[in-house]
Amino acid sequence: MILSSAGLATLFERLTAAGHRIVAPTRDGDRVDFAEVTSPQAVAFDAVQTVRSAKAVLFPPVEPMLRYRTAGHDVQDEAIAPDARPTMLFGARPCDARSIATLKAVFTWDSPDPYVEPRLAATTIVTIACTKADAYCFCTSVGGGPADPQGSDILLTPIADDRWAADVRTDKGRALVAAAPGAFEPAGGHGAAAARPIADVPARFGLAALQQRLPGLFEQDALWIEQSLRCLGCGACAFVCPTCTCFDIQDERGRDGGVRLRCWDSCGFGQFTLHASGHNPRTRQSERWRQRVLHKFAYQPERLGVLGCVGCGRCSRSCPVDMNLAEHVQMLAEATA
Amino acid sequence: MSTLVDRARALLEAGTVQVVIGFGAGSEPGRVRPVFVRKAEACDSLVADARHRPNLCTYLLKPEIRAMGRPAIVVGAAGLRTLLQLAVENQITDGAVHVLYLDADGAVCELPTLAAIEERAAMLPPDAVVSAPAPGATGAATSAASAGPVGIEQVDALPLDERWAFWQNELSRCIRCYACRAACPLCYCSRCIVDVNQPQWIPVAADAFGTLEWNVVRAMHLAGRCVECGSCADACPVGIRIDLLNRVLASEARSHFGAEPGRSLRREYALSTFRPDDTADFIR
Repeated sequence: MILSSAGLATLFERLTAAGHRIVAPTRDGDRVDFAEVTSPQAVAFDAVQTVRSAKAVLFPPVEPMLRYRTAGHDVQDEAIAPDARPTMLFGARPCDARSIATLKAVFTWDSPDPYVEPRLAATTIVTIACTKADAYCFCTSVGGGPADPQGSDILLTPIADDRWAADVRTDKGRALVAAAPGAFEPAGGHGAAAARPIADVPARFGLAALQQRLPGLFEQDALWIEQSLRCLGCGACAFVCPTCTCFDIQDERGRDGGVRLRCWDSCGFGQFTLHASGHNPRTRQSERWRQRVLHKFAYQPERLGVLGCVGCGRCSRSCPVDMNLAEHVQMLAEATA
Repeated sequence: MSTLVDRARALLEAGTVQVVIGFGAGSEPGRVRPVFVRKAEACDSLVADARHRPNLCTYLLKPEIRAMGRPAIVVGAAGLRTLLQLAVENQITDGAVHVLYLDADGAVCELPTLAAIEERAAMLPPDAVVSAPAPGATGAATSAASAGPVGIEQVDALPLDERWAFWQNELSRCIRCYACRAACPLCYCSRCIVDVNQPQWIPVAADAFGTLEWNVVRAMHLAGRCVECGSCADACPVGIRIDLLNRVLASEARSHFGAEPGRSLRREYALSTFRPDDTADFIR
């Protein structure tokens, strides 16, 4: 099908009127980030990538889980239902759509997560294929690509500044088309042949070679120390990452009760693995860096069957000291165990 | 005139230092990254510009770097002030760091002792650090201040409710990644107050209350100590101008207590100095 800018305006209008939330990349100064919008005018179409990922739509930085009141020895708790309004995530990139598989694998692993699961069900992902990339993009090294459809409910491919070829791929995608009559037009004479050239993202490393080598590198201390020397141990990489899902549960307590919160956490923090006994199995930054790399490229594929990285490059763009994941992983793929 | 690379090479060859902490080429043109050069033949990778961020003095206290031996560090004006403040706070000892100071014109000068650093720092113009622009891309490739007020004068000029709205909007982006803390050479506590969790003193949630509390605590703990290098704001992945909080407090500390952190080796904390002749009577 074809989506024109007029059709897009109709789509936004219909969904907004129906009470849907629309989240899309928006510009604030030099920074492009996801935010709630009601009109396509607010969407930043030209950015390679947003600073933060869209994972907050499904997995917010702070999730209030329950409220409780105490009176003497009595405790009364009340669950807090997640805000799972119907949502269109618009203008995400193919790497963002691909990250949903990782979130899904983590949050539905043994029992479905009562917060993320309803939001997953209520979210429709409309992706725009990339016509440009930057030095930090490496989707093609981790199985994705600038026009990769995986995870998208509708994949839009630019034909002109105001026209997109729409590949409606799922029931959710079809429901969105049905919710906004007139927004999408049949393809007619316009075909995929007229689509704009997709971005060129050269592969940086061979995934198979990397995954074969990683287990043997665990004890190569010098390698991990050298790679992580400049790492400051902040959580910027984990918090802009679309697939990092670690969290910490906190009680914010007043005198007569409080609220239980689920907050983002990062394996880069020294306190992440601090035990109640005082023992910390990862005292050095090099061990935390190793954990980050192995979790994404070895443990998650092994345990959950999905990679923990989609090659969006956000971690490397945001790092205050220019840690570059693709470069480091490439080095590992070429390292001798 | 010998270059930074020549000096660094000579220091490593002579065994005067075992590592040179400086900047080298980064992921893309215009971006740099901290490098730790341990071999004389690798000194060619050093970039002779000390205006980049983060503030490299942050690395002096890291155990992995300390384990390498005596370091030389490439610094500009902000670095000189940081080193003096670290010395005042007993974090570095005399002679422990060999300084390769790059002045505004790019000329390099070696400062092997604290006294030499103090003497050179005394020659800095009063606004040497605040006015020093970082060239091109600095730390994070995506870090950029948002539209709106850019200096403390502009923020201060806003009516109270607009100023409050400005900060609420800025802090609403905070994700509690603590990049600001990690990139600050004077945030060196082995256990930050926000990590003291039995009980949890400072709320860790990235919500309106938690982010306000964290950012105010961070700024207050640096009041009278901050040398205004800007490393915190540059490290912020979501472009919050948190340095403005520090700059306001620095100017308050300056005007009320005459505090000039990092200008000399005199120990004079605005917030923890007691003088018998204090003009205020609450302390007596």
